[in-house]
Amino acid sequence: MMLTNHPFLIFCSVLLLLGLMAFFIARKKATQVRASGTAMFSQPDQYAWFAVVATAGPAILLSALGAFVMLLIGADIPTFPLLLASLVLAAIGLAVGMVLVRANFHARQAIERVIRWVLAGAATISILTTLGILISIVGEALNFFQMHSFWDFITGTTWAPGNSFLMAAGRGDGASGGAEFGSVPLFAGTFMITAIAMAVAVPVGLLSAIYMGEYAPSRVRAVAKPMLEILAGIPTVVYGFFAAITVAPFIVRVAETVGLDASFNNALAPGIVMGIMIIPFISSLSDDVINAVPDSMRQGSLALGMTKGETIRDVVIPAALPGIISASLLGMSRALGETMIVVMAAGMRPNLTINPLEEMTTVTVRIVAAMTGDLEFESAETLSAFALGLVLFVVTLSLNLVSVIMIRRFREKYRVNNL
Amino acid sequence: MNDSFDQISQQLKGRHRKSMRLKYYSMGALALAAAFLLIFFADMLNKGLPAFKQAMINVEINYSEDAAKSGRAAVNRDFSTLISRSVVRTIPLEMRNDPTLLGTTVQRWVLASGEVDQYLKGNRVRLDDEEMERIDRLVETGKIEQQFNVGFFSRGDSKMAELAGIMSAVVGTVMTMIVTLAIAFPIGVMTAIYLEEFAPDNRLTQLIEININNLAAIPSILFGLLGLAIFINFFGVPRSTPLVGGMTLALMTLPVIIISTRTALRSVPESIRHAAFGVGCSRWQVVKDHVLPLAMPGIMTGSIIGLAQAMGETAPLIIVGMVAFIPDVTASFTEAATVMPAQVFTWANEPDHAFVEKTAGGILVLLAVLISLNASAVLLRKKFERRW
Repeated sequence: MMLTNHPFLIFCSVLLLLGLMAFFIARKKATQVRASGTAMFSQPDQYAWFAVVATAGPAILLSALGAFVMLLIGADIPTFPLLLASLVLAAIGLAVGMVLVRANFHARQAIERVIRWVLAGAATISILTTLGILISIVGEALNFFQMHSFWDFITGTTWAPGNSFLMAAGRGDGASGGAEFGSVPLFAGTFMITAIAMAVAVPVGLLSAIYMGEYAPSRVRAVAKPMLEILAGIPTVVYGFFAAITVAPFIVRVAETVGLDASFNNALAPGIVMGIMIIPFISSLSDDVINAVPDSMRQGSLALGMTKGETIRDVVIPAALPGIISASLLGMSRALGETMIVVMAAGMRPNLTINPLEEMTTVTVRIVAAMTGDLEFESAETLSAFALGLVLFVVTLSLNLVSVIMIRRFREKYRVNNL
Repeated sequence: MNDSFDQISQQLKGRHRKSMRLKYYSMGALALAAAFLLIFFADMLNKGLPAFKQAMINVEINYSEDAAKSGRAAVNRDFSTLISRSVVRTIPLEMRNDPTLLGTTVQRWVLASGEVDQYLKGNRVRLDDEEMERIDRLVETGKIEQQFNVGFFSRGDSKMAELAGIMSAVVGTVMTMIVTLAIAFPIGVMTAIYLEEFAPDNRLTQLIEININNLAAIPSILFGLLGLAIFINFFGVPRSTPLVGGMTLALMTLPVIIISTRTALRSVPESIRHAAFGVGCSRWQVVKDHVLPLAMPGIMTGSIIGLAQAMGETAPLIIVGMVAFIPDVTASFTEAATVMPAQVFTWANEPDHAFVEKTAGGILVLLAVLISLNASAVLLRKKFERRW
């Protein structure tokens, strides 16, 4: 580590030195030119900054490019010559910067162009991130589907990766001996827990939004909004601990008193707690949407003799419906992808059942299980995590897109700009 | 319709009753959320506050010849089963480091074993009646006491509950957050400036916008898969380190910072830009000297909220291997480290009951930090918010 760090540090300090030199020399030169009575297009400081950009920019670009090529193609470019070449380039840049300190050069516009490119470069990183997620997940998922058929993955009802490590060690008995990757029980578990969460979150979230938007005096609002924000700010690992330590045993006890048999890893506990976690998402977005419904609609309804409750039920809610649905979809995509609560409170055993008191597992739990095991990266179980991730990505992405489209429709209908 | 006046007023009463019912239902929903928050905090405080207390025993340590071989010989037989094994283990080490200790006796407070600690806190323990009686006697004579648990804040993780602390996780969190902010803040602000102030309204810009909104809604665990496949497997960043954890979290925080920065930039009125252009500023000069300073409070608020979100995130860090047993404080960005939520997760999985209070204690610390971060963001917004 030291050996690779050392030339890099020297490179950085030399570059810094060159940059400082560029700045001061260029400024001095520009000041002199101006003092001699020539009118210049730009200020001395701008020439100075341009000289710095001309010095450092190409050098950093070259070294970054070299490092990237090295990693990408695995070509063995020795570090030292690369950095040296970059420094030579920096020196050339410095010279060019100096030459360009003259009256008819637009230093300010040149800086402007560079900055625009840098900013645009930063903006493309978001696209690169999405691409990175796609490439990493799709690539590994394809690897997985070469080992196991896509059809079995989608329709199979047994998830038993248990023997895949034997196969990875070359001791498996042939094609798919033992290990089965049927994702249906995982998705059934995921949807069950999500459904429980939505059953908690949508009514509570929507009704609190209605209360805050239509009834609450401003003093209550001032307390309730931050309260819901605290709910949103609690880390999911904390919710998971709460679900596993407090809620699950409570549910088991309640089930016992009614004469039912509940597992300590029942689906109800993570579902309910997840629902509580989602309440603030739904309530805050619904609140915004309800507030955006024009007051003229309420006044019209009240003028016709509707009671306040009828106005809300028959006018405000239908008008805000696209926004409310979009909020619910966003909440749902959050519930589908939620990891920590289910990892800590739901079970590990894939179980195809509709009884929420039984143990069941979810997609995210299996992803974590596959990633934390001591398995080779190329083993089928590890790769299966990427296949599951791919499905998760596709599902949440489409939910988000539908939600965005719905909110846009709402926005266009009522011409609100702040949503 | 020939409804009599009475009938109509009956109907009206019913309608008003229905209307009131909706009000009470909606009030009830909010109350339910509040009740949950109360139960949650009461439960965490109830479980976590004991973690800040630790049973200590006042014993006489006798640095004898035998003690140099086995630390157990240094203390009275009555105490040796009650004090923590870690104390016993360090005695020979102490003597080797400081030979002058030999033959001296010291009276001092040492850590009690986890069992004693749990017994004093009223939890179920595996002690026999004779031991319990002995402990009760020692409590009466003031030889055993619950003191403020300094070690919880100054020590790293340990498999022994009485020794486990949050120090290494706190340091890991700080280092990870430094990496996260160093990447996400500049890139996020730059992206937002580009989209708000520079970008032409074309396909590419729209694509970037849709992308950012989508990134904000992608499940966090998928960022972990990205970190594993791209950062660790492709670029060879060392696993479990603050570097890879911070980079992964940075990608997650990026959309939060971008979105809040754009809102802040948008709230700066056009007239300010027009005025700056009017005196001959270039676009960058307008942004740098006029728009950015005015938008700064908003940008800071958004960044703090994004930071708090990243600080509470666990799922992607599990995937990049940051849930690890780290007994010593991490010294560099390329060494294995853990973070607060990951530490909470590790402790929550410990079978030993004594770790429940450690977990809840860690959660209290984490929540205190997150809530004060968020509160400071709100205060910042309140203080510097300008209505134009």
